[in-house]
Amino acid sequence: MPQWINVCRMDDLQPDSGVCALVQGQQIAIFHMVKDNAVYAIHNYDPIGKANVLSRGMIGDIKGEPVVASPLYKQHFSLLSGICLEDGSVSVAAYPARVENGFVAVQIAPAPVSTTCAKEGVSA
Amino acid sequence: MTVKHSLVVIGNGMVGQHFLANAVVCANKDDFKITTFCEEPRPAYDRVHLSEFFSGKTAADLALADDNFFTGNGINIHLGDKAVSIDRANKTVTSALGVTVVYDKLILATGSYPFVPPVPGHERKNCLVYRTIEDLEAIAAAAKTGKVGVVVGGGLLGLEAAKALKDLGLETHVVEFAPRLMAVQLDEGGGAMLRHKIEALGVKVHTGKNTTQIIDGEHCVNKMCFADGEELETDIILFSAGIRPRDDIARACGLDVGPRGGIVINNQCQTSDPDIYAIGECALWNGMIFGLVAPGYTMARAVVSHLAGEQASFTGADMSTKLKLMGVDVASIGDAHAKSQGAMVYTYQNGAAEVYKRLVVSRDKKKLLGAVLVGEVSGYGTLLQYCLNGIDLPAYPDSLILPHRSDESVGLGPDALPMSAQICSCYDISKGAVCAAIEAGCATINELKAETKACTGCGGCAALLKSVLDCELTKLGVEVNTDICEHFLYTRQDLYNLIMVGQIKTFDELLDKHGKGRGCDICKPAVGSILASYWNEYVLSDEHLGLQDTNDTFLANMQKDGTYSVVPRITGGEISPDMLIALGQVGKKYKLYTKITGGQRVDLFGARVDQLPYIWKELIDAGFESGHAYGKSLRTVKSCVGSTWCRYGIDDSVGLAIELENRYKGLRSPHKLKFAVSGCTRECAEAQGKDVGVIATENGWSLYVCGNGGMKPRHADLFATGLDKAMLIKYIDRFLIFYVRTAARLQRTSVWMENMEGGLDYLKAVVIDDKLGICSQLEEQMEHIIDTYQCEWKTTIYDDTKLKRFRHFINSDQPDDNVVFVEERGQIRPADDDERKHFKLMEVA
Repeated sequence: MPQWINVCRMDDLQPDSGVCALVQGQQIAIFHMVKDNAVYAIHNYDPIGKANVLSRGMIGDIKGEPVVASPLYKQHFSLLSGICLEDGSVSVAAYPARVENGFVAVQIAPAPVSTTCAKEGVSA
Repeated sequence: MTVKHSLVVIGNGMVGQHFLANAVVCANKDDFKITTFCEEPRPAYDRVHLSEFFSGKTAADLALADDNFFTGNGINIHLGDKAVSIDRANKTVTSALGVTVVYDKLILATGSYPFVPPVPGHERKNCLVYRTIEDLEAIAAAAKTGKVGVVVGGGLLGLEAAKALKDLGLETHVVEFAPRLMAVQLDEGGGAMLRHKIEALGVKVHTGKNTTQIIDGEHCVNKMCFADGEELETDIILFSAGIRPRDDIARACGLDVGPRGGIVINNQCQTSDPDIYAIGECALWNGMIFGLVAPGYTMARAVVSHLAGEQASFTGADMSTKLKLMGVDVASIGDAHAKSQGAMVYTYQNGAAEVYKRLVVSRDKKKLLGAVLVGEVSGYGTLLQYCLNGIDLPAYPDSLILPHRSDESVGLGPDALPMSAQICSCYDISKGAVCAAIEAGCATINELKAETKACTGCGGCAALLKSVLDCELTKLGVEVNTDICEHFLYTRQDLYNLIMVGQIKTFDELLDKHGKGRGCDICKPAVGSILASYWNEYVLSDEHLGLQDTNDTFLANMQKDGTYSVVPRITGGEISPDMLIALGQVGKKYKLYTKITGGQRVDLFGARVDQLPYIWKELIDAGFESGHAYGKSLRTVKSCVGSTWCRYGIDDSVGLAIELENRYKGLRSPHKLKFAVSGCTRECAEAQGKDVGVIATENGWSLYVCGNGGMKPRHADLFATGLDKAMLIKYIDRFLIFYVRTAARLQRTSVWMENMEGGLDYLKAVVIDDKLGICSQLEEQMEHIIDTYQCEWKTTIYDDTKLKRFRHFINSDQPDDNVVFVEERGQIRPADDDERKHFKLMEVA
């Protein structure tokens, strides 16, 4: 079972917006959805726009599914599964996230499944 | 090879030109060699909009054909050379300059001339007519020394001419022989209402006046004496007492003409000589002369078809008209005077709103025979369809002219129109043709316009076309949904009203009261923009931050690699050497790629998110402020150098551009906004390609609106002329806030205006005439926005809590290692995929 890793304080997050954290060499986008009283974590790399920008996208929901819209070309990625709503063959890694004692923590699997992340080569 | 037939067209007026334009695209266009004689020194121009010559348009603006129409289509045009005789035996035409051309087929499009009543003194100085550009130039010259002008004739053209005199700044009178204005089209009530409205505009109207002579004036150049003993002193007299067909050339060669003039034609527009046709105002069909351009166009098309061997005929024309006379809406349909046997009349008169409406219906109240509308003509399209298509009237026909104060739907649904109903009269497009295009896949007005040409002429059928489109799409099962997204079942305009009425200040409040779910990247920025344009609070405050679109959240423009570009404001494109140096130093220090933009500014590319606050600190210290290039807001006000330096400049375009840019900077809007100011009509600032364009003229500023460049370029429309700066700013204030309040999400001003029922005229009525009584509100809202302006970057760099986000990682100071630049032409650019691989290999090595 992967460990929970504290990445930042809850008040580092912007309500209804995202930030990016560096966690074990990975860029993780973390979002605070106030209406859900929840935080979500997915990889920060936009596989379609090919840039580390997803943390800067707008969040909301599409038919109830919490999503972030890529700031580059506006595709929506599920904050729960990481799957792209416009193209089911594209996805980013999604990670469990929680808030405890005022800290935001994420769980990163030892070998993250990130099909299209080109950054692995460098960080490895 | 076949020998080409010689086609000769006498007269290059609007109808002659329409004939040529159709002839060069018809199926057998290659069978003909076309020659045309044009008496005037310039090819055909738009006489219908002649009075615009005095409100800023030039002869070139009014031209109907572009410069290479004639040469490009192999048409031999003899400009300034009048055809004077026809030799029918030898089939030749000879001109005043002695040119003789052989014809196989001859088209007479000689038009008409203004009738000048043979009153003693009618040839005195400054007694003029209103027909050609030369006439207008003569009027303008006479107006320079005169103070008073009289138009003889209170018909349609006469009132147009009166507008021209008024625009020239003259004390203007209209003298009409009949007891009312527009006696042909209007009944007594309508004429009286029109008179009332026109007099309110400062034009003196004299009806029932019979001019007996014109003599020397005492204070003015001329004095008109009337049969009732009264007199009127005036400098200029314009005769606009009707037209007479120009049939002399036809008469001289023995063609049949009517007893009161006019070249007799049959249904194919052939004269008594089958090789000679006559079209337009010179032609007499069934004892009638048609003094409107549309029937002339129909005749022209009929002849083109006949020459192509097709079955085509001219069988009369509907003389219904809708027009704006001196700002007053007037419409007349069919039998306006209720002359038909057994006709019944309904009248509605509203003295307070100055509206008059009259319906003429058949004895059984089933069919509409005619109508008169003054002051409010929005029902014209519906009524015309009832009349032309013989559609059965509703049980209570008066419901068609009575005002509707609830939401009940009125008028004729597009479903009630037969397939043959004409939707676009300019291009003669039927409902059937529109429906076929919709079935073939056209789903928007723009697609329909491109496919069918409907609504690309005068634009008067826009509302009707839209209703046919919506109705047909619904029938095809395509849902016409105007909701902004799944979270709000409202349009952007609805949301604006909800926010205004409920005085709502945050997205969450709006969502709780009127929406559902969590919002999305469609509704959030739309609401963010509405809140910003209404309350104008800091866009990065906690409650608004999540609403800002990609670029607004970091107050910079995201590029393909996730870096940003920075655009400081350079008002009006004016920048001192010191400021340029400061800009250069910042670019150099942060190694930014530097490019000049189309909006006369400098764009600095390649800034990482963590660099933005440092860059802006330096820019602000140097005196720059945010350029809002990231926002759906006013971008730039481009300017030419203007009268300060330019030899041709009429006014200070740079000064005005700076003032406008400073006034409207920061205003959030449904789409980005661009302005420009040109210092003279050479238009070096390209103001007519902007949402708001201003051009200096000798008489003041001309305001153009709703133009744009980009994917679908659109020329701006002339909105108002002769404005002083205060008035100009008032109009722009109102225009912008009205746009901000009512446009759809991401809708440019051009599309907004085109989709507006009533289009430009309606927009003018709202902004200039205050039709909705909201102008003071609009101005107040703009004042509020101006008073609460802040440079968002200045606010941000002094707020540590806001700066926390300007790092790539919330928990590390490392930059994003995916941002890789290479050098090209001495500057940086993002590395492409191949270069990245290479870079990584080097890094690993």
